[in-house]
Amino acid sequence: MKSSRLWSWIVFGIGALYFLVPLIATFEFSLKIRRGTYSFDAYANVFSDGRFQSAFSYSLIVGLATIVVGILIVVPAAYYVRLRAPQLRPIIEFVTLLPLIIPAIILVFGYIRMYNTSSILPLLGSNFGSDVLLTLAYVALALPYLYRAVDTGLRTIDVQTLTEAANILGANQWTIITRVIFPNIIVAVLSGAFLTLAIVIGEFTIASLLNRQVFGVYMQNVGANRAYEPSALAIVSFIVTWGAMGMIQLLARFAPKTARKD
Amino acid sequence: MANVSASADKAAGPVSGSAVRVGGNPFRFLTTLRSGDILAIAPFIIFAVLFLVMPTLGLVVGAFQDRQGNFTLDNLIGLAEPQIVASFWISIRVSAASAVLGAGIGLAIALAIIRGRLPDGIRSAVMTFSGVASNFAGIPLAFAFIATLGRLGLVTVLLKSLFGFDLSRSFNVLSFWGLTVTYLYFQIPLMILIIAPAIDGLKREWGEAAATLGASNWQFWRYVGLPVLWPNLLGTLSLLFANAFGAIATAYALTGSSLNIVPILLYAQIRGDVLHNPGLGAALALGMIVVTAFANIIYLVVRTRAERWLK
Amino acid sequence: MAEDFLRIAELVKTFGSTTVVKGVDLGFEKGEFVSLLGPSGCGKTTILRMIAGFERPTSGQIIVEGKDITDLSPNQRKIGMVFQAYALFPNMNVEDNIGFGLKIAGTGREQRRARVEEMLKLIGLSGFGKRYPFELSGGQQQRVALARALAPSPRMLLLDEPLSALDAKIRVSLREQIREIQRELGITTVFVTHDQEEALSISDRIVVMNAGHVEQFGAPFEIYNRPKTKFVATFVGTLNTLNARVVDASRKTVAIGSAEAQIPSLPEGISSGEMVALTMRPEAVSLANGAARDIVLDGTVSEVAFLGSVIRLKVDLGGNVVSLDTFNDQRTPPPAHGSQVRVGIASSDVLVLDN
Repeated sequence: MKSSRLWSWIVFGIGALYFLVPLIATFEFSLKIRRGTYSFDAYANVFSDGRFQSAFSYSLIVGLATIVVGILIVVPAAYYVRLRAPQLRPIIEFVTLLPLIIPAIILVFGYIRMYNTSSILPLLGSNFGSDVLLTLAYVALALPYLYRAVDTGLRTIDVQTLTEAANILGANQWTIITRVIFPNIIVAVLSGAFLTLAIVIGEFTIASLLNRQVFGVYMQNVGANRAYEPSALAIVSFIVTWGAMGMIQLLARFAPKTARKD
Repeated sequence: MANVSASADKAAGPVSGSAVRVGGNPFRFLTTLRSGDILAIAPFIIFAVLFLVMPTLGLVVGAFQDRQGNFTLDNLIGLAEPQIVASFWISIRVSAASAVLGAGIGLAIALAIIRGRLPDGIRSAVMTFSGVASNFAGIPLAFAFIATLGRLGLVTVLLKSLFGFDLSRSFNVLSFWGLTVTYLYFQIPLMILIIAPAIDGLKREWGEAAATLGASNWQFWRYVGLPVLWPNLLGTLSLLFANAFGAIATAYALTGSSLNIVPILLYAQIRGDVLHNPGLGAALALGMIVVTAFANIIYLVVRTRAERWLK
Repeated sequence: MAEDFLRIAELVKTFGSTTVVKGVDLGFEKGEFVSLLGPSGCGKTTILRMIAGFERPTSGQIIVEGKDITDLSPNQRKIGMVFQAYALFPNMNVEDNIGFGLKIAGTGREQRRARVEEMLKLIGLSGFGKRYPFELSGGQQQRVALARALAPSPRMLLLDEPLSALDAKIRVSLREQIREIQRELGITTVFVTHDQEEALSISDRIVVMNAGHVEQFGAPFEIYNRPKTKFVATFVGTLNTLNARVVDASRKTVAIGSAEAQIPSLPEGISSGEMVALTMRPEAVSLANGAARDIVLDGTVSEVAFLGSVIRLKVDLGGNVVSLDTFNDQRTPPPAHGSQVRVGIASSDVLVLDN
């Protein structure tokens, strides 16, 4: 069995190399903008670039809008499917499967054909309409993860029993949702929110085809024109993604757990 | 690209709790709905219809329509054009290459961290990293690999200065293999995330029973381990294939239009009607949907059957 | 004495800072059926796994047929093993499962088939060859697991709590089947269990273990009737305890309440005035008086459990409560709750055990 452990270390080592070297290389490259020495000039250039600031903040705003709309759509649906209409579960699950099967480029192509200026809902006719369409596209992308997060949260707290207990103590539906259910699933919801943020920040295809200046489009632009700044942007993007994922891990510690069955 | 970030959640399979099996018409309950319930579910359904189902159906229908809106099969026939066929062929090759390599390497790493008797922390570190890495795709990933394997990349420079070996003469990161190697950065983590539970499912007692019956480690894997894992491997391979097939952002930033994979072609078509035929664009989209849907269905079917078999 | 088939010499196993097996010495004869009996965590499974080769002893040796196998890997030991969770290979049908060991050994197909048929007949599942594990019940799966372990004709059979996952009824019939098969094949067998009834009913000898060491090693009759320690006495079967005061240590007399009795098994070194715990099995206590029952005590019936052919009584002897069994007599109803009775105990049946 000793030799198998050696092999495991070798495999792990090669894997680690493959995954870590590009990160190191990118970081190293991003520091080389000033000839002959290492400096953070590339980062300075990026952060002081007005287009970066507007693209990044635009992405953030769209991300937040996506999260809000997503929660408004998903949470009530997940709640009622669990509570009153379990028969609808297969349909809901099929719907959440669709964004995983349909590539993003197909989705946006469909949008462009369906919501162009000559359709009933000419969202593409205006800037604001396009922003709305972008947000809704991101909601579609994030739907599976948001639903999964909320559904798991509801299952963990046994929402059925909680609702019945609150009901018999005299609470009405609204009170139940806002003061009993939501506070207990907020951790799950936040996890879904951070995952959504990670997806939105880096997205390129949909935004580019809808002519929206998101962070992803800005990055591609910089990549076509500059040499060192793209690496800096890649590092920034990586840190943001890590940050979002890290938050999810952190939140997992605060999630309510099911009671131990003693 | 979000298809790429289908990390841990996709690993867990389709969203499912236990669907309560109520026999008969699932819509019968609609008669018992209250207004509050409708308010709760309606936004979800309306959203799904308007922004998931109809746009896709619109494309599917559009593939069969000519410029005047009449039914025609010309668009589908147009797919047989050599440029388009070549495009599909390259897409299939890149997707297959990154899927097979991703599956193989991912399996090796997953086996190493789960059954390889490595220190405890390594498994959770790798799983966490895989969760992040499968999200790190698209434009930044392309930049990262250019900075690593490109003409001025770190590895290229190191190989030249340490070994005198000029990587850029035999390997161009802006090419088929460059794209494949780059795709592995999210394919491998996805494989690890999905196959890990299946490897956990290989009971320790099976290995021990095989040992008492005289089998060597290799014989165990050959007769028990790999056959048991095989359906999962096949299914995940299919998933990885679909994943790569639908991805575009990475390719766009890395190889641009020098490598004409289907999504790139579609992108160009949407942007500027390079095919001079909107119907053909829809047909292209239909082609993509068929491929990715088919691959995904294989994954789902194989997965559910494997679970039943192992009960 | 015949040379031991399996010898365990000063076996010690430590996991980190915990010593799970603390210097165990045992010798088993060829063809013997031995049970390792004890509560969870006593080390019995660890010992079994060391015999199989899945755990390496921290120190000590395992010797089979005179050869030290301590350093051999499990697949070289030619030992069959049956697991608690059956562990049948899910991707193979019953035939292929049973024939696996033979396939590995390179046996020809015809020979394999014949042997598999033989095994299926042995376990009473002829005709089940093409079924898959998920199509079988727990009891059937375990029988297939047994056949699989025995098919390559191993020199020893190890069973790790094989009946714990099964229903009570199946447990009884399957343990008898296992014993029958073992007798027929004459294979040395080590059986791990925490169920003392199981161990008592099918073993040639039992190793009673507690906290990593051997409390007693002997035939079921020995273990039950002449337990060496309090642990063995209480773990195996029920034990009655009477608290008594030593009256005269030299004459070995004690006082149980107001009654006096002479206890031959009173140990040396005990002093007058001390309290001792007199222990005896329920069958040593009876309602009838006979000359052999020299300790006579009066008490009140505190509990009556009518179990059909057996009536289990609890009698309160003023401070001590004893449990006794009596057979049902169709003509005489059992004593009523609260009635006064007289119980008799033979002093030769009394054991005085140290804790």
